[in-house]
Amino acid sequence: MGDAEIKASSWRLVEVGRIVLIHGGDAAGKLATIVEIIDHKRALIDGPATDTKIAVPRQSIALAQLILTPLVLDKLPRGARTGVVKAQWEKAGIEAKWQESAWAKKRSQKEKRRALTDFERFKVMRLKKQANFQVKTSLAKLKAAAK
Amino acid sequence: MGRLTEYQVIGRHLPSEANPAPKLYRMRIFAPNTVVAKSRFWYFLMKLRKVKKANGEIVSLNVIHEKRPMKVKNFGIWIRYDSRSGTHNMYKEYREMSRTDAVEALYQDMAARHRSRFRSIHILKVVELEKTDDVKRPYIKQLLTKDLKFPLPHRVSKAAGTKIFVGKRPSTFY
Repeated sequence: MGDAEIKASSWRLVEVGRIVLIHGGDAAGKLATIVEIIDHKRALIDGPATDTKIAVPRQSIALAQLILTPLVLDKLPRGARTGVVKAQWEKAGIEAKWQESAWAKKRSQKEKRRALTDFERFKVMRLKKQANFQVKTSLAKLKAAAK
Repeated sequence: MGRLTEYQVIGRHLPSEANPAPKLYRMRIFAPNTVVAKSRFWYFLMKLRKVKKANGEIVSLNVIHEKRPMKVKNFGIWIRYDSRSGTHNMYKEYREMSRTDAVEALYQDMAARHRSRFRSIHILKVVELEKTDDVKRPYIKQLLTKDLKFPLPHRVSKAAGTKIFVGKRPSTFY
């Protein structure tokens, strides 16, 4: 009998302090944190970003409108007020961490690509081709050298 | 802004020679607007006292605002409800951010579970349950456990239904 390895599932949990990305509604694409769980389908969130453009006002929101991120504010007490949330948010450097993540980069890239004009898309295509050509030629050289 | 608003309605019997200063009656009424609030006031007062709209007057009517609308609270609501076969008293609990939200949730819940209408429900009392020990219902108790956390194991994104044919199966895991 082979040993069965049992690993605990690593779900992202709905919990106090979990950083969430909002999709849908007027705050779409912004970050906030769960301050309190109201019930199975709703949570109280607060997004105290220093930049008012990406700040999310404290509100109750359906979990269906949220995407859980891997980021968590560990020591956020339940039902903390905006001041406390803001202090912890800044201390943990949530925005910087988010900007570094591959997920945020992909999102911003997608947004940028979507805003391109036809000619700009053409330029992207040309540049991509050039980059791929460079890679291929250097790989071919390396292969030839290895023989 | 929700569907319902909480109003304070104060009314009395019209003053007469026999009784120049009639007693004032005060009610807190949940209604969509002031017109319905006044109507509900007369409806309830007629059941309780010998005063009706024709021989009474509304002294004042004002909105009661939620003191802390950004705080999550537990509410206990006592109701009297006319079902198809009889009248029942009920006690239900809701976890909401305001009294009006709780009452709105109650009307939706009663409509869902018992197919009851606005007209067949009397709200007797709405109380904020400040201590967790006061919470009686298991469906609210389970939300008050310490360090509550849970996953969202199966999520179907809305975008998954927009196209009929796609190359990839939708991912429900995350």
